[in-house]
Amino acid sequence: MPARPLSPHLSVYRFAYTMALSITHRFTGMALALGLLVLTAWLLAASNGAASYAVAVGVFSHWIFRVLLIGWLTAFLYHFAAGIRHLVFDAGFGLEKAQARRSATLVILAVLVALAACLYVIFCPVGGAA
Amino acid sequence: MVEFALPKNSRIDKSAGKTHAAQAGAKRVRRFRIYRFDPSTGENPRVDTFELDMDRCGPMVLDALLKIKNEVDSSLSLRRSCREGICGSCAMNINGQNTLACTRSCEELGSGDISIYPLPHQPVVKDLVTDLTNFYAQYAAIKPWLQSRTPAPPDRERLQSKEDQEKIDRPSACILCACCSTSCPSYWWNSERYLGPAALLAAYRWIVDSRDESTGERLDALEDPFRLYRCHTIMNCAEACPKDLNPAKAIAEIKQMMAERQH
Repeated sequence: MPARPLSPHLSVYRFAYTMALSITHRFTGMALALGLLVLTAWLLAASNGAASYAVAVGVFSHWIFRVLLIGWLTAFLYHFAAGIRHLVFDAGFGLEKAQARRSATLVILAVLVALAACLYVIFCPVGGAA
Repeated sequence: MVEFALPKNSRIDKSAGKTHAAQAGAKRVRRFRIYRFDPSTGENPRVDTFELDMDRCGPMVLDALLKIKNEVDSSLSLRRSCREGICGSCAMNINGQNTLACTRSCEELGSGDISIYPLPHQPVVKDLVTDLTNFYAQYAAIKPWLQSRTPAPPDRERLQSKEDQEKIDRPSACILCACCSTSCPSYWWNSERYLGPAALLAAYRWIVDSRDESTGERLDALEDPFRLYRCHTIMNCAEACPKDLNPAKAIAEIKQMMAERQH
């Protein structure tokens, strides 16, 4: 008799908010680990003196890097908000289905608001150029 | 192990699906797209389409499946027994969600086609019948029986207060249909080491039982990076449970007990 096939999983399971939040948390976590390397590179450049710092700033000012940095910012905000949600879960709160759905919405809203605030501060600085 | 793609022998052969048209004159036709696998042919699984006249079919998904089995294709295999949501046999994936075919009405699934697959990420015996050996072994592993050293009173049962009884009231309502465990991505990737929501809910039921005296041993047995802690509180289990139970909450409480007993 041939080996039993494995029933379909990801390809058939309806993608619900539960899985969306979980996988986003994981992916943003991985992105942030990469981002930490970039942060380290920036700090290293700064510790190496003005010349190397200028090079680093030049690279980081490229528009591609700016887009990436906004991506990392978004990833950080999401990971932070969703992390707090999980902290609350682990403390034993908000585990009813309706509560978990509400806190999921709250996480998304918090990320959007915080991102808008950050982008405003970055691009519309008081008395300075972007 | 995380493997997103299905093994070669498990991929659905899209060209092999058969279509069974509804009888002439049917007015309210609905299409059921059903996963088929026949171990005797050596062929890959396929998805067959059955058109049913809903005017001549009962309201539940199980009614439709049994109508197909009785009148269209008797080789369609599925488990079912009580047809009222208490035996847990007809658990399957209906329109992307794990639930019981007997308690899910076709009407609440909207008006489109209805897709029916076996419980996800399980070995398929035939069609909608999966091999749940591992699932049952995990249930057995949590020792789902009362363990106490104190002898029972000679003249009566081991009594519980009403409050203590209420703690086990809901978790005891689990029918072991496996909807929760097979909805859990953590269980999909680690079912050989992670016990899964159903077994952990059962473990919780005995841990919080006021008459059980093995709480420490039960927690010891779960103190493991995989058995318990592969739960990442995704909450698919609570969303899937046809009995409206909440394994995620029970697991979170077990994790809290683990933390508390270390102080």
